Amino acid sequence: MEILLPVVIIGGMGLLFGALLAVAAKIFEVKKDERIPLITECLPGANCGGCGFAGCAAYAEAICTEGAKVSLCPVGGNGAAEKIAEIMGVEAENIERMVAFVACMGTPDVAKDRYANNEAISCHAANRLAGGMKGCAYGCLGCGSCVEKCSNGGIAIVNGVAKVDKELCTNCGACIAECPRGVIIRIPYSSRAAVFCNSKAPGKEVRLVCDAGCLGCGICAKNCPKEAIVVENNVARIDGSKCVGCGICVEKCPKKCIELINKNAKIQVAVEVNKRT
Amino acid sequence: MSLISELLIISVGAILVQNFVLVQFLGICPFLGVSKKVETATGMGFAVIFVMACASAITWAVQQLLDLFGIGYLQTIAFILVIAVLVQFVEMFLQKTIPSLYSSLGIYLPLITTNCAVLGVAIQNITKYAGADYSFLKSVVYGTTAGIGFTLAIVLFAGVRERLESSDIPEFLKGMPITLITASLLSIAFMGFSGLSF
Repeated sequence: MEILLPVVIIGGMGLLFGALLAVAAKIFEVKKDERIPLITECLPGANCGGCGFAGCAAYAEAICTEGAKVSLCPVGGNGAAEKIAEIMGVEAENIERMVAFVACMGTPDVAKDRYANNEAISCHAANRLAGGMKGCAYGCLGCGSCVEKCSNGGIAIVNGVAKVDKELCTNCGACIAECPRGVIIRIPYSSRAAVFCNSKAPGKEVRLVCDAGCLGCGICAKNCPKEAIVVENNVARIDGSKCVGCGICVEKCPKKCIELINKNAKIQVAVEVNKRT
Repeated sequence: MSLISELLIISVGAILVQNFVLVQFLGICPFLGVSKKVETATGMGFAVIFVMACASAITWAVQQLLDLFGIGYLQTIAFILVIAVLVQFVEMFLQKTIPSLYSSLGIYLPLITTNCAVLGVAIQNITKYAGADYSFLKSVVYGTTAGIGFTLAIVLFAGVRERLESSDIPEFLKGMPITLITASLLSIAFMGFSGLSF
């Protein structure tokens, strides 16, 4: 009996309060868009913030209430975008698949080493050793730390410079985080041309240390018919969405550090360009 | 002493002399957590006033019930139950009426449940005013003014912190260190009220 009384009283209080809260919940019910939980379901739930919103739930809410685009999730990719588009009843735009790209073509024959390369050391160690063996402070050291980090075996050291196989790249960013030089960047998978240089140094300095370094002269930008090239921080960058792969910049570059990287795409578009002109 | 002057003394005591945050050091978590902006601090303050006032009234009644059956030892669990319900209610109310305040208070709103200042008010009501005449009224006044004291402290502190944002602070003191130093200075200032007598 002694144990029963407290149980009944506290239990009764709990029941009473529970009932009151249930009533209050009905009165103060906030009508939420039914699609928000459905969309949240489609998203990866990583809350990485890659879409530009605070998390997956915030992005789902933004889609419903603020009319955010359905294709902003870089992790879920086209699969997630299609599902969301179905829920929202709109057409999904294609998400540009991004891949890692090593912006350097400073092989040992064009970019001279300042001291003998000891291949046993990691990129980080080499970078700390008097700023790396390369004369250029921005180029790939070729010690292969990124090769080890790539879980898909998509990176190889070719002639002293890392190369990413874009077919194998999943855009996980492990190599970008690993690289002490910041020479690995993200470019669209469909990019037709790319600048193989990362040097932010002024052209004069670049010229002294590398024969294939971007001087930031801007000849490519001036000659680009699509205005797809901008020179920022002494290095040219190509906007993959504007580039048509005409190859004019490749011809004009005095250092030949721009190359076409998607040959098939070039031919198709080149034909198109010819028709127009 | 008349009732009015008694209530006045309780009020001044709760707001200044025995300020919950700065003198009794109860409810420090939201005091440091939600005091970045005056606006949110004010919102938090009013939420706490409401919860404290209601909690004082209800827990007083609950204590009478518990005493009636001789199970006063269940005080803590029963009070926490009451406070949790009140906080839930405030949360629903804010989500419906002031969504912007609701989202800026964030996790600190449900955390009022475990804010020791609220439970402190309820317990102190019982120990200080049990048995006296009009003790229900005194409890409610004490609860409300304690909440006002909390609001005063947090709004004052938020004002100071807003100024700190734009002042030149040594690198090693930036962020929490200078915040804690400021809080302690504010606390020392409030200690000055301890000599107040009527």
